[in-house]
Amino acid sequence: MTLLVASQVTKRFGGLSAVRALDFSIEQGSIVSVIGPNGAGKTTFFNCIAGFYHPEEGQITFDGMPIHHLRRDQIAHLGIARTYQNIRLFAKMTAIENILVGQHFRLHGTWIGAVLNTAGVRAEEVASHDEARRLLRFVGLAGKGDVPADKLPYGDQRRLEIARALATQPKLLLLDEPTAGMNPAETAQMTAFIRSLRDELGTTILLIEHQMRVVMGISERIAVLDYGEKIAEGTAREIQTNPRVIEAYLGSGSAADIAGQDQGEIDVTLPSGG
Amino acid sequence: MRTSTVDRITEVAIAAFLWAFRIVVVLVVVIGSFLTLSSGRYAWETWSSLIVSGLTTGSIYALIALGYTMVYGILRMINFAHGEIFMGGAFAGYFVGTMFASIGLLSQGPLVVLFAVAVMIVVAAAFSTVLALLVERIAYRPLRNAPRLVPLISAIGASYFLQYTFRGVFGAGIYVYPDVALLGQRVPIDFLRLRWVDVLVVVAAVVMMTGLYLFVMRTRMGTAIRAVSEDKSTAELMGIDVNRAIVTTFAVGAAMAGAAGVLYALLFDQVYFYTGFVPGIKAFTAAVLGGIGNVPGAMLGGLFLGQVESVGPTLFLDGFNVPSVNQLKDVIAFTLLVLVLVFRPSGILGERVTAQRA
Amino acid sequence: MTNQAVAPVAPDAPVALAAAVDWRRAVRMGLLFGVVALYVCLVGMVEVFQPRALVTGIITLGQTTMVLVGVGAAYLTIRGQSMDRAGAAAAGALAGAVAGVFPAVLVVIMELVNLRAMFLHASPGTSAVLTLGLGVAGAWIPIVALAIVGAATGLLLTARTDIQRPAAAALVALLLTGLFAGLLRPPLLASPFTAALGRFLFASDGLTVAGAVIAVIAVVGGRIAMRRVNLRSRVAALPPERQRAIRPFSLIALVLLVLWLPHGVGPFFAQVVAVVALYILMGLGLNITLGLAGLLDLGFVAFFAVGAYTVGLLTSTAEYGIALWPFWAAVPFAVLLAMAFGAFFGLPILGIRGDYLAIATLGFGEIIRILAGSDLLKGLLGGPRGIINIPKPIEVPPDHLLAGPIQIYYMGLVFALVVAFVAIRLRDSRLGRAWLAIREDEDVAEALGVNLVQTKLLAYMLGAAFAGLGGAVFAGLLGSIFASSFPLFVSINVAALIIVGGMGSIPGVVVGAIFLIGVPELFREFSEYRYLFYGLALIAMMLFRPEGLLPSKIVQRELHVEENVDPGLGAVAASWEPKGTRR
Repeated sequence: MTLLVASQVTKRFGGLSAVRALDFSIEQGSIVSVIGPNGAGKTTFFNCIAGFYHPEEGQITFDGMPIHHLRRDQIAHLGIARTYQNIRLFAKMTAIENILVGQHFRLHGTWIGAVLNTAGVRAEEVASHDEARRLLRFVGLAGKGDVPADKLPYGDQRRLEIARALATQPKLLLLDEPTAGMNPAETAQMTAFIRSLRDELGTTILLIEHQMRVVMGISERIAVLDYGEKIAEGTAREIQTNPRVIEAYLGSGSAADIAGQDQGEIDVTLPSGG
Repeated sequence: MRTSTVDRITEVAIAAFLWAFRIVVVLVVVIGSFLTLSSGRYAWETWSSLIVSGLTTGSIYALIALGYTMVYGILRMINFAHGEIFMGGAFAGYFVGTMFASIGLLSQGPLVVLFAVAVMIVVAAAFSTVLALLVERIAYRPLRNAPRLVPLISAIGASYFLQYTFRGVFGAGIYVYPDVALLGQRVPIDFLRLRWVDVLVVVAAVVMMTGLYLFVMRTRMGTAIRAVSEDKSTAELMGIDVNRAIVTTFAVGAAMAGAAGVLYALLFDQVYFYTGFVPGIKAFTAAVLGGIGNVPGAMLGGLFLGQVESVGPTLFLDGFNVPSVNQLKDVIAFTLLVLVLVFRPSGILGERVTAQRA
Repeated sequence: MTNQAVAPVAPDAPVALAAAVDWRRAVRMGLLFGVVALYVCLVGMVEVFQPRALVTGIITLGQTTMVLVGVGAAYLTIRGQSMDRAGAAAAGALAGAVAGVFPAVLVVIMELVNLRAMFLHASPGTSAVLTLGLGVAGAWIPIVALAIVGAATGLLLTARTDIQRPAAAALVALLLTGLFAGLLRPPLLASPFTAALGRFLFASDGLTVAGAVIAVIAVVGGRIAMRRVNLRSRVAALPPERQRAIRPFSLIALVLLVLWLPHGVGPFFAQVVAVVALYILMGLGLNITLGLAGLLDLGFVAFFAVGAYTVGLLTSTAEYGIALWPFWAAVPFAVLLAMAFGAFFGLPILGIRGDYLAIATLGFGEIIRILAGSDLLKGLLGGPRGIINIPKPIEVPPDHLLAGPIQIYYMGLVFALVVAFVAIRLRDSRLGRAWLAIREDEDVAEALGVNLVQTKLLAYMLGAAFAGLGGAVFAGLLGSIFASSFPLFVSINVAALIIVGGMGSIPGVVVGAIFLIGVPELFREFSEYRYLFYGLALIAMMLFRPEGLLPSKIVQRELHVEENVDPGLGAVAASWEPKGTRR
């Protein structure tokens, strides 16, 4: 079933249309990527889904329900979680505390219960700590729960951010450049991990990525944005051979060059960043 | 979508509250004014003197507010010690004025008196500037990159320190400004209750504010200050001497405040070590009212606040037979402030500071 | 400050003495402290402190201020430099002398020109202190005196460590006991057992010579004794089970000490502690609003006032009391009403951004204060005359154990402890985590499902509840309240003590209250200059230790992780930003 449908989404900043008349849909249980050169509007689109921006035109529905005008916390309650391009962990809080914040709205202990230390609150705290530790193990950070988030190495921070997002028990997970700054070994690990998220947890995943290895490796569908518009959509193979895509990334003229090459797997590592 | 009851209640409560707030304020203002005016209790003379008083106090608030708004614009910092800078100017003016009085300068003809007052203002402005630059150097400069609350506390400390330094050096007594007979006389216009000192204050304020506006808009340093206020790092990259811009901002704001100190003391005849505190707060309110970081906004905010404070209690509340309306003048001023912040947070003219990621 | 480079010297040539001494630094420090000396004279400390002695008949407090100036000049000249003894003495003397020039010049000018018209304290009194009564003829005295002081400081700083430490400790002890003589003397005189001792140690204006000697001996002896016994490492060397067994005993000892204190030290001390306890209460409340949730509330005193007036109105036996309830029945109402005000004020303004929130709340606080004292509400709230005859929490006959300041002391402490307990529970709860997350990055917190408005409102309301409780206790303990008891100053004080103590940290609130409220109260004697030093202390704290005295993460990390990391300014920077919502 279709989990998310974006239709004719337009987001403007002053005179600039960051995203223009975008149509996009995501099937439940799939891994979908959005790619495009710098400034193409990928993160803006993410922000529209997650409620950080509200589109001027168009609408976005999730699970049948329109979400484009909702507050961020309402969107989280519905089951959408995200990570950030520049990691935005709660730097001064420990890893486990970060995850516990993610669990916030899934827990129900009141502050009165906390002050009175009722049995219910105590039990819930134990359970939530256990769950947080389980998530840490799941992302490979077992035993690092008490480390302040800003003291973790970079790769661990990315994992922690994902763990925190998972704590909200999302149906749809938005990952914004999860492999940025990683070396090939780490990238491979992260790719496998993302796949396991879908395979083991059933989470639908929407990915912004620049590393084509990752994109082509795990995406079932890929959408390509350029200057705010979707210029192509399809499977990895279709995208790789789409002349408009190649032109957007490498400039005009290169489409013809590449078309003339062998039709094997094109291993293009596109300029990342931004 | 499931919405919790608490959610709904809060949303409804907020909306209801805001509407109730608006309605109550409008009702009080409209009905109160109507009642007061129709009761005919107050003659035109009373109103005119209230309006004039609002103009003069407002001009002073505007002058002080400029310092707050410019420093906030360039450093995102509330200069809590600015009220004391204002008071310092008043004190400096006092000593010059007393000296002039002792040689009889203040009882001469209008041109001489004007000259004497001008000298008082200049000396006061200079003294305030020096004071402000010292404070900036010692208490603020090292903290330029600190999180916001740190310079705020330092400013509070500087404010106390200055207040009690003045108390120590000059004593806790009230210093009465020398009497300038000429200024106390009424302007020969019949339908307005105007004294020459009122004219002086308003004219001086307007002149200074115009000067400041031209400075900020037309000169190189003024443009530099605006640039740094908008985007410090880019301005730096463009080769602007950020430090000089900041120091100039402090200096200019302080000069305005120092001059305002003399004008205030001429209006109210006295100054003591605590004089700076309340006008300081009011002036900051005015700056926020007009849109913090916005220079014309500070001027407008000051004048507006002055009028509301002066005319408001009588106009809005007297009709309801509220006793001692003038006790409540600050209540009106602060209610105005809250209204503006709730319904138009960027101030009347809109703030000129770049929106911070909250 | 640049270290003067040591000139390259042939290996067998004698080292030139002058090369090791940074003369220019000495002069610079001398100039700086000369200005300080001038300031100290003109602001009147020299003259005002003169009647008070450090050690009776030997040195007055006024003279002490000048001595301290000299010490300061020399200290900053020599610290961090490597000098030998003679060089240090010389440099210290130079710094002191240069500093001394300024007061000397002042004395001369005062003789020539009547500065008194402008500077209240440019007076014969000041001149007499500076010149030891000789007037202009003694204008050289400050220069020489400060030179001597500077030299002595230099010698002390370059003395052997085992002489330096005890000597410095002795001097500090002397200074402190002399300063606090006014506090220490009355309780000693009050009790017949210690009266004689009191008179022996303290004269009416300061330490006696005997007292000074004993203070020095006590400190030095105490240090030596501590070294010998070496309690700390002996305890640390014990096996862990023994260490844990000791803890309850030390805890009990501490509790007993706290319980005994007001009886032993006197009613003034009891009152000071009560005031500190009330500020701790309020501080814990604002710690939630500001320290945890990051909302800069400068109108906090309004909730304090609501709590106080509620208790006042409900319990007072005088004309404005409306119900004649007992104190304990009124308290819950006070808290609830304060919370309601918190909701009432909070709802409209929670959308306002950071610094504007500060001003908006400041406005609310002032509105409440003015309305409380206004003629408009005089019929209800007593106007400027306030509400009086509020009964104490526990009504006892006058000679009962719990009468007067003693009850204030105990009640204050009990309430502070209870509230601290609640605050800890809140901080460690799900809600506390949400607050911290909002303070760190509220956009992300919201995206994780935290409802910003509700959570911030709760922070605001719970903070108000604490303040309301504080107000209720305040009313009960003081017996009468006036609108003038609730000025803006109180709100600023509470915010300052949180920041100075360490934001978000509960022990920090306690420490902040002790330093910013308790210590100035102890210095009541020097009332005019308390706030001067208070302001200076605030600036100094922000310049040198902006993360606060006991920042929360340090406390946490010391408890859980072995590393002792000093966060430093940059590291805690992010946790500080007061957040408003985006609008």
